[in-house]
Amino acid sequence: MTARDSFTVVGQSARKTDGRGLVTGRPLFVADVDLREALVVKILGSPHAHARIVDIDTRAAERIPGVICVLTHKNTPAVRHTTAGQGYPEPSPYDTRMFDTKVRFVGDRVAAVAAESEAAADAALRALLVEYEVLPSVLSMDDARREGAPVLHDEDDATGIYEAARNVVADVDIDVGQVEEGFRRSGLVVETTCETQYAQHTPLETHVVLAQLDAEDRLVLRTSTQVPFHVRRIVAQTLGLPVHRLRVVKPRIGGGFGAKQEVLLEDLAGWVALQTRRPAFVCLSRSEEFTSSRTRHPMRVRVKLGLDAAGVLKAVEMEALSNTGAYGAHGLTVLANTGSKTLPLYNKAPNARFSGQAVYTNLPVGGAYRGYGATQGYFALETAMDEAAERLALDPIELRRRNHLRAGEGSPIFRKLGEGREGVEQIVKSCALEACMELGAQRIGWHKRRGKRERHGTWVHGLGMSIMMQGSGIPEIDMGAATIKMNEDGSFNLLVGATDLGTGSDTILGQVAAEVLGVPPDRVVVTSSDTDVTPFDVGAYASSTTYVSGMAVQRAAEEVRSQILVAAGSLLAVPPSMLALRGGHVVAQDGRSVELARIGTRAFYEAQQNQIGATASFVPTESPPPFLANFAEVAVDTETGAVRVIRYVAAVDCGVPINPKLAEGQVEGAVVNGIGYALTEEMQFSTQGRVRNPSLFQYKIPGALDVPPVEVILVDSYEPSGPMGAKSVGEIGINGPLPTLANAIYDAIGIRFRESPFTPERVLRALRARDV
Amino acid sequence: MKVRFRVNGAARGFDIEPGDTLLEVLRGAGYVGVKKGCGTGDCGACTVLLDGKAVNSCLVLAAKAEGRDVTTIEGLAPSGTLHPVQEAFLDVGAVQCGYCTPGMVLSSVALLAENPAPSEAEIREALSGNLCRCTGYAKQVEAVQRAADLMRGASK
Repeated sequence: MTARDSFTVVGQSARKTDGRGLVTGRPLFVADVDLREALVVKILGSPHAHARIVDIDTRAAERIPGVICVLTHKNTPAVRHTTAGQGYPEPSPYDTRMFDTKVRFVGDRVAAVAAESEAAADAALRALLVEYEVLPSVLSMDDARREGAPVLHDEDDATGIYEAARNVVADVDIDVGQVEEGFRRSGLVVETTCETQYAQHTPLETHVVLAQLDAEDRLVLRTSTQVPFHVRRIVAQTLGLPVHRLRVVKPRIGGGFGAKQEVLLEDLAGWVALQTRRPAFVCLSRSEEFTSSRTRHPMRVRVKLGLDAAGVLKAVEMEALSNTGAYGAHGLTVLANTGSKTLPLYNKAPNARFSGQAVYTNLPVGGAYRGYGATQGYFALETAMDEAAERLALDPIELRRRNHLRAGEGSPIFRKLGEGREGVEQIVKSCALEACMELGAQRIGWHKRRGKRERHGTWVHGLGMSIMMQGSGIPEIDMGAATIKMNEDGSFNLLVGATDLGTGSDTILGQVAAEVLGVPPDRVVVTSSDTDVTPFDVGAYASSTTYVSGMAVQRAAEEVRSQILVAAGSLLAVPPSMLALRGGHVVAQDGRSVELARIGTRAFYEAQQNQIGATASFVPTESPPPFLANFAEVAVDTETGAVRVIRYVAAVDCGVPINPKLAEGQVEGAVVNGIGYALTEEMQFSTQGRVRNPSLFQYKIPGALDVPPVEVILVDSYEPSGPMGAKSVGEIGINGPLPTLANAIYDAIGIRFRESPFTPERVLRALRARDV
Repeated sequence: MKVRFRVNGAARGFDIEPGDTLLEVLRGAGYVGVKKGCGTGDCGACTVLLDGKAVNSCLVLAAKAEGRDVTTIEGLAPSGTLHPVQEAFLDVGAVQCGYCTPGMVLSSVALLAENPAPSEAEIREALSGNLCRCTGYAKQVEAVQRAADLMRGASK
């Protein structure tokens, strides 16, 4: 292991390995290749929230010039599967078919057409005659479990549903200690319920895939995905192909945020390519991205805290009801994460309980979305903590200081609750939360400015804070692997299954390899996410890449370093243990050195000829949490109800940031996405379940004028189990704004908002209700 | 119908349908650095310069470009030497997934051509039509400031 203070590449903000191509507009994305030969595939979405398809007459559509084929449930594989791109066996139910005889939300797949042109495809969609038997629908999570409610999944071949007859996809109930007893012994009990809304990831590039057969008739999917290996497996399963007949390539992709941890279109494109022997291209419109891709599970989360007079938690209870929409993708695991990623933070409570259910409704499908349930859980937990601090007349920072997890400690929750099943025990090795809170408070002027209700005209200012943790990968489940091979000029190829969705993982994984191998980062050429070329990796989700894939890279690089030292040892007649790799050379203690190029050339052509290289894998046995302290200043316009974020400070402990600018970028982007979720972003539905605002004009995500520059503080920390001391940073920031801004609004105007988003309408209504 | 306009300095002729947008025509002709994010003028990923002004190419009919100058991202570094805005985006870490980047860069270039020393507020105003879901905008604003410094330094 390289000593931390001697890092030369790690800790440097190297330019992104793919940056030059991206700023010059090179053809790097799925749709940037020549599509002139490709068939355009378009999908007919259901106009009904819940209906049986009695019949589909495709004859008129098939007669339209340029239409090559029409796909329905009659001529496609009927394999039940999940679209959730998770490890095998997936913890999501098999409740989905390529095309079903029933549609379960407005926008659900009814049929698809493949045509020579977009115009022909559109005409064919209009010419499809579908006879529906419209069914009563379930349009809220409260209606889902009601006696006599319509049943969404009444098919007899679905598996993995907790209680289909009651529309319950998943159920979680765990406890530690004696929760009721804990509350009885608590001097103060605080209970709060928060409710979150439907939201969409809105990656700038929508879901898109190009399928084609290669010269040997293998199916090649060029797709915008976070999970190439899961795509390969699930498409093979759905289409009935052996895995070896498929190749999945992820080029550069235009963001994912969890939406692309889903096998959404690859089955369709693949089937068309196989049937027609033509390239097949599917790209969701922005409107379809809203209605028919994936969303954040809306939840209602109740938190009950029991505290003693000293402000130490005696008992914590969290209960969640999650709306998974029409299909159960990630239903169980997002729900479980709502508890498992939040409750261990306050490990001073000896008694804790988490329970909840995820239910089906005839609304768009929930999925993975950055934060993955923790976002919803922290809104309620950190709102309740703010209320408790007020009731105890304690500074909110102080209350958290008395209760949060520290390095050297564990939580029984880690073992009780994992990825939809039992979790893994762990003692947290690094936690700089104290410093995060202190530095963040200092930066925003917490002690001087909170509670002052500064007024500027009709605007009142307030400050709020919250803390949180996430994880780094899924322990004892996730696997990442890396291959490194040496070239004759002393450079290396790094092959990783890890999936860079814009985060910069190719760059930081290259930096890890370069650090171990003692070369500048440009001597490591990174190739990622091609199932024919790179070793396996579960993909980019669960904040896993830096930690899990990073450890695989470090191990592979260490093995390659050993091979290089052996080769150099025989050249220099020095034992390998007396040699070090530095600045592109192997250096002996007596000052002699050999260039890496010399070793690479010798291995190819001269003596002891072999390919210097190694493949290594990593499966974590723990999931070290990153920590974050959020501080925000808001201004609330008492005349219009508008809320503006004036400042946002995010002090984060992500271990050693391998590339500080990229780590900052992760936090900045996640926080701004979270600000959108807290203030403006909300999918709205008609009384019939249709999305009313499926455009970026109607669904407001933050623009450059809407947010301040997020002030990120990377707090000094070192995670002993991670690559170069690193842990994750991808997700955590998105959890911050909901509770932080709610607490800041409370500080400004004394009204608690427990239902997001905090729109001017809601704020103004609450102000007026109070002032009556 | 036929239209003729200059793309990145080169005169080009295109055979188009009257309803074709500039976005469709440019991408169809291989200028795939022009990105489609919504098709309704809300996201700015398809930004190009039309006679030096930043426009959403999805909202401009290709026929309207007749006789005019179009600059796409491919035209900013024709010799391989990056434009200062591109350099600055890379230096400060303003690129994540890169899908909004061509539009952001071109909006920045248009701003700096008009206003070589923009304030932070002016930069945010100029980038307000370019949505980014990855970065939170702080680093793009910093990049434009840096590019402005670089360009002023170079012209002194």
